[in-house]
Amino acid sequence: MPTTSRYARDVAVVAFAQSDHRRRSDELSEVEMVMPVLHQVLDRTGLKAGEIGFTCSGSSDYLAGRAFSFTMTLDGVGAWPPISESHVEMDGAWALYEAWVKIQTGEADTALVYSYGKSSPGSVRDVLTRQLDPYYLAPLWPDSVALAALQAQALIDAGETDEAGLAAIGARSRAAAGANPHAQLRGDAVAPGDYQVRPLRTGDCPPIGDGAAAVVLAAGDTARRLCARPAWITGIDHRIEAHGLGLRDLTDSPSTRIAAEHAGVFDAPVDTAELHAPFSSQEVVLRKALRLDGEGVAVNPSGGALAANPMMAAGLIRIGEAAARIHRGESDRAVAHATSGPCLQQNLVAVLEGEPA
Amino acid sequence: MTSAASPPEVLRAPLVVEFPFTRSLGPVQSAFLTGLRERVVLGVRTSDGKVMVPPVEYDPVTAEEIRDLVEVGTTGTVTTWAWNGSPRPSQPLATSFAWVLVRLDGADTAILHALDAPGPEAVRTGMRVRVRWAEERTGAITDIACFEPHDGPASEGAAPHDGRFAGAVTGIVAAARLDYTYSPGRSQTAYINALAERRTVGERCPSCHKVYVPPRGACPTCGVATTDHVEVGPAGTVTTYCIVNIKAKNLDIEVPYVYAHIALDGADLALHGRIGGIPYDQVRMGLRVEPVWTEGGRHPDHYRPTGEPDADYDAYKELI
Ligand SMILES: [Zn+2]
Repeated sequence: MPTTSRYARDVAVVAFAQSDHRRRSDELSEVEMVMPVLHQVLDRTGLKAGEIGFTCSGSSDYLAGRAFSFTMTLDGVGAWPPISESHVEMDGAWALYEAWVKIQTGEADTALVYSYGKSSPGSVRDVLTRQLDPYYLAPLWPDSVALAALQAQALIDAGETDEAGLAAIGARSRAAAGANPHAQLRGDAVAPGDYQVRPLRTGDCPPIGDGAAAVVLAAGDTARRLCARPAWITGIDHRIEAHGLGLRDLTDSPSTRIAAEHAGVFDAPVDTAELHAPFSSQEVVLRKALRLDGEGVAVNPSGGALAANPMMAAGLIRIGEAAARIHRGESDRAVAHATSGPCLQQNLVAVLEGEPA
Repeated sequence: MTSAASPPEVLRAPLVVEFPFTRSLGPVQSAFLTGLRERVVLGVRTSDGKVMVPPVEYDPVTAEEIRDLVEVGTTGTVTTWAWNGSPRPSQPLATSFAWVLVRLDGADTAILHALDAPGPEAVRTGMRVRVRWAEERTGAITDIACFEPHDGPASEGAAPHDGRFAGAVTGIVAAARLDYTYSPGRSQTAYINALAERRTVGERCPSCHKVYVPPRGACPTCGVATTDHVEVGPAGTVTTYCIVNIKAKNLDIEVPYVYAHIALDGADLALHGRIGGIPYDQVRMGLRVEPVWTEGGRHPDHYRPTGEPDADYDAYKELI
């Protein structure tokens, strides 16, 4: 178990699986896309669907263009006879948080968390405008790239980065993704490209794609039984910024910093950071908030969201990738971050630790 | 992801989602949007003296209710910007423009909008801009058509304002339209294609052997893919029904009519369908029915009695 525990129960990520993330997946319905991932993550633990204590998912009706779209994927988890189940209309990282709380209450010992998004049926830049304030922002249809570009310019004006610095983040991410068979953009051949919304170029923006991910959480001895080296969640917290973009200092992320403090990120060094930064400029903000400029930290060794950004799953994937490195013995203490909303509106931070070998 | 054989043809169809949400406004939002209609920009003063434009009704730091309205200038300073070389549908300007956050004179926070400028070289952080009003104003954020470059003097600071206008705007209609191309996936494509050939094809679960119609690709009991195709029907049994007395918009069916659950022969799940060819008050559980296709229809228009004797309750009770 973790040496210091700030919570009632010790909970670990014991398995992680994800789909290959692709630009389109027309031949698959959502449940057809999710089901193989669910089977993989259950197979890794040897658990059967009926043995899971709690199931929680993350997705968005606006991506599907359909109300209650998440209910369709419940067929893939074997929801009959009735199971204990919940859903968040957010990234699956927040579904994981809900599942973690459920286990903390003692009402479950294991949880299946999954999330998915198909961006291909619609225009995701326009779709995401519908999550903005409906009075002052949504009627102007400022798309997700435009809002990220405002943040990028603010960083450039503040002297915290420049266009070459941003391009290097994109290039490093895609090069790292060369070792990630699931990533959508892999290898270092992605050029900075043209401006999408200046100062952001194609290479600063995430690929648009479809994909799914799942993790299994377990408490205490159950985690130890299901996994040779559980990734213990020694801290987890999430915070939100003020709603109005014009109220915020876009060059900083106080919500990430506070979440990190509460999760204990700064109590000891980390060796891995999986950051959910869909835009290169957001990595600059997150590195500052999480104090990641030291040596010896692998930042987004998976390639991060610049290599694959399935909406509603990319944040859960950060937790999964960090946990998988602990499972494989490649990390002892990792920080995982997930975001939701424009310009790093909401931020979740988790610390994952493996026991000494 | 699966590499299983996909059907060569995946169905696709346009899907349009439109929703004109009608939203009511609180007192501060109402004053702000009504003010825009009258070419007045209002902000709200927090307890520590900061002026927020656009105004909110609760202090984001203290959560305190704030109602202290002030009028700010219609000129201001760009705090950050981004050049939008190819505007998307519904954005404020059809030609290239800059997205800007503007701190209006007298305000301490910034408002997001569009800036009409000839090119990115003409825009910089710190530049001075002013509001360009829309010709027709209704009490909405789009009453500001955009901002434009401005060389003149700064406006005075924030001045108290009672927020009262004749004919206050109390609500907005938040119209939105999103266009999708919907694809139903492997399982439902196969089902719909078979229906077009006037066959009803379900899928059998390899684990529990139940046959699902219409199939969705997964067995909700076993959580596994249903891949075996099984032709069911065409006849079936009414397991339960209701009498509909509400005339649906754009639906050319006289009320009352009967909508029923129908267990097709060989299926382990009842599907929905309308019952025709029999007076509504004579439909009953156990009634044997068959599909009726209309010319060119891709699915049964309705189901009608086959004339067979009713099914025994025991034969369909598990499917109700
Ligand atoms: Zn089954």
